[in-house]
Amino acid sequence: MEDTSKTGNDGIALKCEGLTKLYTSGLIRTKTVVGARDVTFDIKRGEIVSLAGESGSGKSTVARMILRLIKPTSGDIALNGRSIYSYNIREYYRQVQAVFQDPYSAFNPFYIVDHVLERAFGLREDNLNRDERSKIIRSTLESIGLNPSEVLGRYPHELSGGQMQRLLIGRSLLIGSQLLIADEPTSMIDASTRAGVLNLLLSLKKEKGLSVLFITHDIGQAQYVSERVIVMKQGEVVEQGPVDEVFTRPQHPYTKELLAAVPTLYERWKECS
Amino acid sequence: MAEHILEVEDLRGYYRGTFGVVHAVDGVSLTLDRGVILGIAGESGGGKSTLAQLVSGTPPPLLHLEGGRVLVDGIDIYNIDSEELRTEIKCKRMSYVPQSSMESLNPVKRIRDFIFDVVGQRTSKRVLSSERKKEVIEMAANHMKTLGLDRPVLDRYPHELSGGMKQRVVIAISTLWNPKLLIIDEPTSALDVTSQKRMIESLLNLKRARIIESMLYISHDLTSLRQLCGECIIMYAGKIAEIGDMEGTINDPLHPYSRLLTAAIASYDSKGRRKGELKSIAGSPPDLRYPPAGCRFHPRCPYVMDICKTKEPPMFRTGERMGGAFCWLLASQSGE
Repeated sequence: MEDTSKTGNDGIALKCEGLTKLYTSGLIRTKTVVGARDVTFDIKRGEIVSLAGESGSGKSTVARMILRLIKPTSGDIALNGRSIYSYNIREYYRQVQAVFQDPYSAFNPFYIVDHVLERAFGLREDNLNRDERSKIIRSTLESIGLNPSEVLGRYPHELSGGQMQRLLIGRSLLIGSQLLIADEPTSMIDASTRAGVLNLLLSLKKEKGLSVLFITHDIGQAQYVSERVIVMKQGEVVEQGPVDEVFTRPQHPYTKELLAAVPTLYERWKECS
Repeated sequence: MAEHILEVEDLRGYYRGTFGVVHAVDGVSLTLDRGVILGIAGESGGGKSTLAQLVSGTPPPLLHLEGGRVLVDGIDIYNIDSEELRTEIKCKRMSYVPQSSMESLNPVKRIRDFIFDVVGQRTSKRVLSSERKKEVIEMAANHMKTLGLDRPVLDRYPHELSGGMKQRVVIAISTLWNPKLLIIDEPTSALDVTSQKRMIESLLNLKRARIIESMLYISHDLTSLRQLCGECIIMYAGKIAEIGDMEGTINDPLHPYSRLLTAAIASYDSKGRRKGELKSIAGSPPDLRYPPAGCRFHPRCPYVMDICKTKEPPMFRTGERMGGAFCWLLASQSGE
C-alpha cells in the first residue's frame, strides 16, 4: 500500500469536484461563456486518464484550472486530499507539471536544450552542484530512452518534435512531479515519433507510478494510452468510464458521433466508399 | 486533351541560400490519371509540400527548379510565360490550396467582397457590374453548398467563421473556375476530428459534383488519406519510397519505411480492439543538405544491406500490384 499520509485517501492523486468556469466579457452588458460546467472526476496514482472532445469543449480550460493558471468560478480541486490552493505555489509545481501542444515554443531557440533542464533544478529543494546535476540529467534522459549524447548540447531546431516533447517530459521528472498534465502533447509532432511519446507515458506510469491527465482529440491515442476516458462537450462531461467500455459501447450520442468521426487506417467511412 | 491530368518527370527542386543547398525534392516522377485522388504521405521534411509548390508552378523565392518537367493537362508549365500560367493554367486547369491557407482571407472584408476582389483580379476588371456580381454570388453560393456551407456565410467576416469553415471558404474560392486538378496541402491538420471528417466529405463532394476532376492531396495523416484517396505515394527525404493503390499500401506495404510508418499510427478500430504496441521509427530524417548515398532511408532501415549504402534503388514491382517500391529488398522477389 502507498504511504497514505502523502497520497491522501485510497491513492487518489487528483480530485476535481463540481469544477465550473464561466468566462465573462464586457463591462456593462456582460456576456458569459461557459468554459466548463460541473466537471467531476479523479485520477488515481499511477493512472493515465484521457480527456477527449472536440475543440472548444473545455478540455484545456480544465487543464488550466488544474495548473492554477486560471481560477475556477466554483468547485474544488484537491491534490493528494488537499485543496490545490492550500499549497505554496513552488511546492505545487514540484508535484504537478505540464507538457503542452507545441514543443517548439517551450524552448528558447537561442539556448541549447540543456538550459531548460538546468532551470528545472530551480524548483527542487536540494542544492546540487554542477556534477550532480549533470549526472541526474543524464540518468533521467537514459531512463526515458533518450541518448544524452544525442540531445545534450544541441539547439532546439536540431531535434525532432518527438525528442523535444520527450525532453519536456523528462524535465518534469527531474523536478520529481507526481502528476503530469499532457495537453495534446502529440498533435504537433510527426506520426512517426508520436509512438515514442505515448510509450514513454506508459512506461513512466508503470515504473514510476506517474499519474497523467492526457488531453487529446484523437480517440486512437486515448485508447492506446489510457485506462479511463472522460468525454467532454461544450464544457460538460457527457460520458466517462473505462476506455474499452466507452469506445465499444458508447452511451451518449455525442460519444458515438465523435467515434464515427475518427478515421481509421483499415476501414473506409461509408460516406467515402 | 492529354491522357493524364498531371505528369511529373524527374522533378528536382532545391532550396538555395546561405544555409547551403537543400535537396528537398530530388528526382520525383509521377502521373495522375483523370478522376483519381492521389495522396502524398510522409514525415515532415520529406518534401511533400515542396513537391506541391513545384507542381503549382510558383515556387517560393528560395526554392529553385533544378530539372525535370511538370505537365498539367499536357502543358509544360515551366515552359510558358508567367502571365499565361496565371491566366490559363491557374484556377482553370489547376488550383493550389497551400497549408494554412485559411489565413489568406482578408480580415476586414466580408467573404462576398473578397470573392469580388478575386474575380476582378482574374478578369482584369477592377469594378464588377451588378449583374456580374449577382452571377458571381450565385456561382460561389453553389460551390459553397457543395462544401456544406450556407449562403449567409457570404456575408460574414473571416473572424466570425470557425477554422474548418474558413478552410472550406478558401477551397470554394479556389475552385470557382472548376479546375480539373486541385492540389491541396494539409487541409485537415489544424482541425479537430469532427471538422476533419466534414472536410474530407466536402472534398469528396467536390469531385462528385464534378467541380473538380482529380486531386493531389498532401497530408502526413495516413488515416485521413485512407478515407479519401485511391492511390498514394509515400515520400521520404525528397524521394518517392513507395507508390501504389491506397488499399495495398496500407494493408501490405512493400517499403520498410511505409511498414514502419503504418506501425507508428494509433488507429482506432471500430470493434474497439486495441492494436499491438506502437513503435516509433528510430533516428531522424537526414539533413537534406547532405543526403546519404544510396537509398536515403538506409541509415534508419532495420533491413539495411550493403548495396543500400552505395547504390540508389530503382523501382521494383511485385506481382499484380499497381506501382511499386524503391527498395533493394524487393530485387530478389520481383525477378528483375
